[in-house]
Amino acid sequence: MTRRNHNEYSFGVAKGSARADARTDVLQGTLDLMVLRTLEGMGPQHGYGIARRIEQVSDDALKLNEGTVYASLLRLQHRRWIAAAWGSSENNRKAKFYTITRAGRRQLTTATKNWERIAGVMARLLRTAQS
Amino acid sequence: MMWARLADLTSRLRFALSRRRVDEETRLELEAHLELLVDKYARSGMTPEDARIAARRQLGNTLLVREEMYRMNSIGWIERISGDLAFALRMIRRNAGFAVAAIATLALGTGATTAVFTVVNGVLIRPLPYPDPDALIGVWHSAQFQGVTSSNIRLSSTMYLAYRERNATFQHFGVWHTGAASVTGIGEPEEVRTLVVTDGTLQAIGVRPALGRWFTPADDSAGTPETLMLGHGYWQRRFGGNPSALGQTITIDSRPRQVIGIMPRGFHFMNADADVILPQRFAGDELRPNDVHAYVGIARLKPGVSLAQASADVARMLPIWIAEYGTSGPVLRAAHFAPALRPLKQDAVGDVGQVLWVLMGTIGIVLLIACANVANLLLVRTDARQQELTIRAALGAGWIHIARQLLVESLTLGVLGGALGLGLAYAGLRLLTTMGPANLPRLAEVSIDPVVLAFTLAVSLLSGLVFGLIPVAKYARPGVPAAFRDALHGSRAIGESRDRHRAQNALVVAQVALAVVLLVASGLMIRSFQALRHVRPGFERPDQIEAVRISIPEAQVAAPDRVVRMQHDIADGIRAIPGVSSVAFATALPMETEFENNMVVTADGKTYAEGIPPLRRAKYVAPGFFTTLGTPLLAGRDFTWSDVFDDRQVAVVSENLAREMWGEPSAALGKRIRVGRVGVWNEIVGVVADVYDSGAHQAPPAIVYWRAGVQRGPGASEYIPRAVTFAIRSSRAGTEDLVRRVSQAVWAVNPNLPLSRVQTLGDIYDRSMSRTSFTLVMLAIAGAMALALGIIGIYGVISYTVSRRRREIGIRLALGAQRGDVRRRFVRYGLALTAIGIAIGLGAATGLTRLMSSLLFGIGSQDPATYLAVSLVLALAAACASYLPVRRAMRADPVEALRAE
Repeated sequence: MTRRNHNEYSFGVAKGSARADARTDVLQGTLDLMVLRTLEGMGPQHGYGIARRIEQVSDDALKLNEGTVYASLLRLQHRRWIAAAWGSSENNRKAKFYTITRAGRRQLTTATKNWERIAGVMARLLRTAQS
Repeated sequence: MMWARLADLTSRLRFALSRRRVDEETRLELEAHLELLVDKYARSGMTPEDARIAARRQLGNTLLVREEMYRMNSIGWIERISGDLAFALRMIRRNAGFAVAAIATLALGTGATTAVFTVVNGVLIRPLPYPDPDALIGVWHSAQFQGVTSSNIRLSSTMYLAYRERNATFQHFGVWHTGAASVTGIGEPEEVRTLVVTDGTLQAIGVRPALGRWFTPADDSAGTPETLMLGHGYWQRRFGGNPSALGQTITIDSRPRQVIGIMPRGFHFMNADADVILPQRFAGDELRPNDVHAYVGIARLKPGVSLAQASADVARMLPIWIAEYGTSGPVLRAAHFAPALRPLKQDAVGDVGQVLWVLMGTIGIVLLIACANVANLLLVRTDARQQELTIRAALGAGWIHIARQLLVESLTLGVLGGALGLGLAYAGLRLLTTMGPANLPRLAEVSIDPVVLAFTLAVSLLSGLVFGLIPVAKYARPGVPAAFRDALHGSRAIGESRDRHRAQNALVVAQVALAVVLLVASGLMIRSFQALRHVRPGFERPDQIEAVRISIPEAQVAAPDRVVRMQHDIADGIRAIPGVSSVAFATALPMETEFENNMVVTADGKTYAEGIPPLRRAKYVAPGFFTTLGTPLLAGRDFTWSDVFDDRQVAVVSENLAREMWGEPSAALGKRIRVGRVGVWNEIVGVVADVYDSGAHQAPPAIVYWRAGVQRGPGASEYIPRAVTFAIRSSRAGTEDLVRRVSQAVWAVNPNLPLSRVQTLGDIYDRSMSRTSFTLVMLAIAGAMALALGIIGIYGVISYTVSRRRREIGIRLALGAQRGDVRRRFVRYGLALTAIGIAIGLGAATGLTRLMSSLLFGIGSQDPATYLAVSLVLALAAACASYLPVRRAMRADPVEALRAE
């Protein structure tokens, strides 16, 4: 990426990205949770592996741009819920491996409980709406 | 919770600092991810190209992801500010001319302000360079003489003893005085400056010796080996810094002493830069009643004790001292004798505070003028950037963005100007400390320290803000970007109307007003200085009088008669030198304030309301002193040498004393005066004209001249002034040759007498006025800078106006207007601005110059001539500054001007 003055597009794009953030907030949070859960279950894994696992678990129902997994991984690193380290992959290529941290595990427990609670409420709400 | 936030912040920071590396790693990860996807699709049977396409589609837009991640790793406001900063620096590089002008102006203003602040900080603000300086006090007394209170009464030796024994509030206490002594036995006799201290003085200050030890009470007592301590500078000079100096024996005033300690570098005791420190010994005969109050007291208070408590303690001890040492209680009570303790810093700083704050104020005004200049420059530049700002507005920049950008530019200019100014201040301060304006206390402690650096930064930022807000107010208010956008559509461009010039006009008026204030202050100082120099000081041609101080110590010549004989022979020897017209000596020449002596003098037949006669200046002078100095004799006669050798009790008084006591100078002849209540009566035989003994700015004091030679006191006591200054009138005063011949004449009489304080009376006279001349020089510099900046400001505004209105000028000329008329228009414009500025400035000056009235001499702060002169000078300068740019524009062809737009 060439060195650009990021202000130059901040005037025009600023408003746009603000709107986009509001919409993708929920999606981002969900993806983060999925990535976190994957790492907890699989142990240390690189980005490709995480993407494959998510695809597998969701039975191909989720068609996400796999690049966004990396954005998710960065967010999780910011919050120190995962840690990154360089290692070598199955075919002896250099790859960055991500591991869940203790704080990440705690977060996972909390977030899972939240999800289940919300899901339960939504289920009850929708059921009563139907009936 | 808080730790989590902190951890978050540090991890964000870590990412922010390495975001380029993270981006590179992400790129590699995405590439690898892509290859793996391609492999997966290839293995499932697709062609390589199809596999790649499918893989790309699955991976998504990698660039978007990387951008988003890069942005996530950035801290928003740092990004924006550093972007603004980079832009500002680019703009500065591109507009070098404007930037140089602005930065240079700011450097001058900030540099001068920093320099003066450094002095103010070092002298007035910083605490004394001793441990725990707030606990240090000076111990003085106050007394009233005929309604005049003096708070500078020193301590006597018996007071020292009494206070030392009986105080309850002092942790350490001692007395000190400065003097001179002769070091002999090594080459030519050398006079050194001494600091004489009792035990407790150095302990109170708290600075330990670098080598050796302090004095102990043993050193103060008679019968023990005599000791001394060396000052660091003298140790370096005389002994080359050799530690073996410790323990060596040096002959001081013909008595051998052993070096027991050496003070560290940078140790200054209260503005006295002593070469050697001697212990104070009170010999038996000094401990008598009514002894001289010649010692300065210093004490360190016990922890937790306040000044008021210490004062009360001394007040308690006073009656005890009176009772124990037999001093006359009723006299002291009638004089309202009382303690006058004050913080030591006050003693060190003296009364220089007023001068320094006035200087600080004037330099602050110069800085404001400089800021106004730069603001004008900025307005012009921002005006020229309308196109750029319009485009920004069109791209969606809000007014906050534009304001932030402009402010960052201004702050950058301010900081750059401040940095350069700091360099200028450093150079200026080096110059100042080497020149060393006399009487500036604590000059050695003046240096650039972190406080000064913080001040410079604050001033740079503040001035950047001040002149930066002006273009922002004009071009970056809410609603202005909308106006810019309208301008793009072809409607009126911003500020073609008259009110665009309002800001610039206001700035010029402000500059002129401030310049007027400064110039008035400078003018008043110049007139004060002139008035000072016109004072007839009571002596003639001081530059032709060589002054030499010679002190004959008791250890060398014990008998008082021999001392006066020696002084007489020295005078004869000097008179014999070719070129010398007359010679005399006295305990102190006029304005030798360090040897000033005041005494209570009673006149026969006069009673006083309160019982205590007033203090008079007193000197012991040799015959011929008045003719040598050129002080006119108004009545009676001068002393003669037969008066001296026959021990006649005669005296001479000054004119003001004679008039005060007896009306007419001639009426004073034959009257009798004496010291205190019990002195021997002396008959007045002569009256001389007043002499400005305390310097030209103070009224000439009433002086009593006792004759040189042995004075018999009450009982069988004898007094002979051993340290006198010789006054030598010669056309060759001030030359090395004369000094050499004088030294030879002195040594012909006594080869062990060093000469000290060799200077002309002219030098002493100049030094006495040095505070005024120093203030004058500084104010004149400030005034000159203000004038120059103000003129530049007017010139700038007029030439800018002319250049914007070239089309209008061209049309007028083409339509037949006279060149002279057009010229007059613009000059009138400039003069109108100046006139308003002068009016405001004069008004401000009448108020502000009151603050400096204590520095003036001979004129009031509302002196009309000065105000008038300043107004005329400024008007004239402004007329020229307005005329020049117009003249240039007039020479251009009007047709060209029309074509250019």
